[in-house]
Amino acid sequence: MNPTHIDHAADAESFIANAERTQWHDQALWFVRAKRDRAVWAVPEWEQLRSLGAQIKRHTLAHLAEYLARFETEALRRGIHVHWARDADEHNRIVLEILRQRGVSRVVKSKSMLTEECHLNPFLERHGIEVVDTDLGERIVQLRQEPPSHIVLPAIHIKRQEVGETFHRHLGTDAGATDPGYLAEAARGHLRDKFMAAQAGITGVNFAVAETGGVVVCTNEGNADMGISLPPLHIACLGIEKLIPRWADLAVFTRLLARNATGQPITTYTSHFQGPIPGGELHYVLVDNGRGTLRADDEYRESLCCIRCGACLNTCPVYRRSGGYSYHATIPGPIGSVLNAAQDPKTFYTLPYACSLCGSCADVCPVKIPLDQQLLHLRGKIAAKRYLPLWKRLLMKTTSFVMQRTWLYSLAGRLARWWLPKLPRFLIYNRLNAWGNQREIPQFPRQSFRELYRKRQQHEQ
Amino acid sequence: MNSKQAILAQLQQTRVPDVALPDLAGTWLTFPQPHERFAEVLEAVGGRALRARSADGLPQLLAELPVFQSARQVWSLVPPVPSRGEDWTRVTDPHALEVLDVCVAPGAFAVAESAAVWIAQDLVPHRAGLFIAQHLVLVVPADQIVHNMHEAYQRIDPREVQFGIFVSGPSKTADIEQSLVIGAHGPRSLTVVFVGADTGPDGRGA
Ligand code: SF4
Ligand code: SF4
Repeated sequence: MNPTHIDHAADAESFIANAERTQWHDQALWFVRAKRDRAVWAVPEWEQLRSLGAQIKRHTLAHLAEYLARFETEALRRGIHVHWARDADEHNRIVLEILRQRGVSRVVKSKSMLTEECHLNPFLERHGIEVVDTDLGERIVQLRQEPPSHIVLPAIHIKRQEVGETFHRHLGTDAGATDPGYLAEAARGHLRDKFMAAQAGITGVNFAVAETGGVVVCTNEGNADMGISLPPLHIACLGIEKLIPRWADLAVFTRLLARNATGQPITTYTSHFQGPIPGGELHYVLVDNGRGTLRADDEYRESLCCIRCGACLNTCPVYRRSGGYSYHATIPGPIGSVLNAAQDPKTFYTLPYACSLCGSCADVCPVKIPLDQQLLHLRGKIAAKRYLPLWKRLLMKTTSFVMQRTWLYSLAGRLARWWLPKLPRFLIYNRLNAWGNQREIPQFPRQSFRELYRKRQQHEQ
Repeated sequence: MNSKQAILAQLQQTRVPDVALPDLAGTWLTFPQPHERFAEVLEAVGGRALRARSADGLPQLLAELPVFQSARQVWSLVPPVPSRGEDWTRVTDPHALEVLDVCVAPGAFAVAESAAVWIAQDLVPHRAGLFIAQHLVLVVPADQIVHNMHEAYQRIDPREVQFGIFVSGPSKTADIEQSLVIGAHGPRSLTVVFVGADTGPDGRGA
C-alpha cells in the first residue's frame, strides 16, 4: 500500500484472487439484502417511513446545537454525566479517566463503530485495561486481531472453518469443529466469564433523544444489556449526529432500522437508558471528530443522517465483491466511501471510483442519503484537486477532447473498427488494459450505430 | 473555550438549510387479530406465545413447559407463579442471578407489529435477570396490546422511564456465516403468556 493514499483496486485484487470465496461473500450479503426486501415489502407505509426518517434527521442536523444542548440539560437532570470530545484522542482520554478514577481494569464492550473510529481498544490496552468485545462477530475479529469488515456484520468475511480454528486456539474448542451452534455455545461460556468479571460496560448508541436525555441501544445478542446490567458503571459513546428530537421519533427509526439492516421486524433487544442503574453511574461521551466540519459541507452534509443499518453495503455490487478491508476505513462500502473521501480526499480518492454508479445504495437507504450522487460529485472534486494519477488524467482529457468533437469521435470509431481486430493479441491484452484481464474484447461490428441508422433512414425514404 | 463550547460554537456558526420537523400522525399498520399477528411474528423470531385464562391458571400452564420442569432456580416476579431455589428477594448484587434457569417477569404491554414486549425497570428490581437467565417468560395482560410502534411509544411516558426495554424473541446471533443460533448470550428461549379476557375457549394457544 502506498503510504500517502489507499488503493482500493489493488487491495480488492487480493480479495478476488480467490474466486470461490468472492462468490461466497457476495452471496452471503445478497442473502441479507433479500431478507431485507421481504421485511420491507411487508410494510405498506415503508416509503412514508423513509420520508419521515429523512426529514427528522435533516431537521435535527439544521438544529443540532439546540438539540445537543437540550439533550445535555435533560441528561444532567436525570443524574447522567455528560462529556464532550472534540476528537478521537480526547474521547479516548475521557473514557480512560472515567475508568481510572474508579479503579477499573476489566471492561466489556458492545458494538460501537465510534469506538472503532477512535481506536479505543488499543488505547485502553496500552494503558493496562482489558477490553473484551462481546458481540460474537466482534469477538471473533478481536481474537484474530483484525478490524470488523462490515458495520453490522463484523465477521461476514470469515468462514466457519476459520472461526473454528480461532476458537480452537483461544477458547480450546475441539480441533476441526465448524458447527455454528457448537462454536457460539463455546463463545457464550467464554463471554459469560468476561461479563461476570467486568467492572464496567461500554456501549455505542443507536439513537439519542433530545427531549428526554436518554439513549437507545439495539442488539440481537443481548450482549450490550448483559454488559451494563451487572457492573455499576456504564459509559455510552456517541457521535453528535446520533441525536433525534423526540421520544415519538423512535417509532419511525425502530421500524426502519432492523428491517433494513437484517430483515427483522425489530432487534431482539431495544434498550432505553434514561438514567444510571440503581446505585451506579451512567456517562455519555459526545464526540465531534470531524462531524461539525462535515455538517458545514453542503454537498456531503446528508451523510451525517446515516443510522448505520449497513444496507448500502449489503446491496453494493462493488463491496460484495471486494470485501470490507479493501476500503481501509472503519466504515467501508458506499457510506464509508462518502464519509472518508469527503473528509480526507487525498488519502481516500480511490473510493469514489470503487463504484459503478448503479444507485442501489441510495435506493435502499432508510434516510434517503443520495450516496451515488455524492460519490459522483466527489469524483469531480478529486479530479479538480488533481489527486488522480497522471495517466488517468490524460486519459480523461483525451476522452473529453474526442467526445466533444463529433467528426473526431466517428473517425476514431472507424479507425478502431478497422485496426483493432487486426492487431496481435499482446498489443491488446497486456498490463495496460485491465479490462482485458478476465474478458475478451467484444467482436467489433462492421458499421457503427450511426452508419446503420443513416442507412435505415435512407431506406425508409 | 472548552470542548463543549467549541463543538457547539462551530455548529452555531454554520447555517444549514432548515427542514420542518414532521408530524408523525398517520394511518399506521393495524391488524384485525393483533394477538395472532403477535404470535406469528414471535414464532418467526424464535419465541412462543401462550394464553392463560386468568392469573390463577399461570402456575399450571408454566409447569407444563419443559424448561420449567427441569428448572432448579426460578425467579418469579409474577404472582402467583412461585419462585424456586434461592431467596431472590434478598439479592443485592445482580451477579448472584447467574445461576437462574428461568426468570418470569411482567411485561407492561405487547406490540403486535413486531412481537415486542415492553418491560419497565420499576417492575423488575434487577434488570440483569432478563438477560442472564437461561430462559425468559414474560407475562402480559391480554388486553394490553397495541398494533404498532407508534402506538407503543405514545403509550409510554418517557418521564417515568429510567430503564425500559422492548424484548422480541430469545437472544440470537448469525455472526458465524449467517447461520442463526438461538441463545447467544442471553435467554435461550422466550415464552410470552397473555393472561386474562378475550382468551380462546380452550384457554390455550394464541
Ligand atoms: S452506486 Fe456505487 S456505491 Fe452505490 S451501490 Fe452502486 S456501485 Fe455501490
Ligand atoms: S448510508 Fe443509509 S443505507 Fe448506508 S448504512 Fe447509512 S443509513 Fe444505512
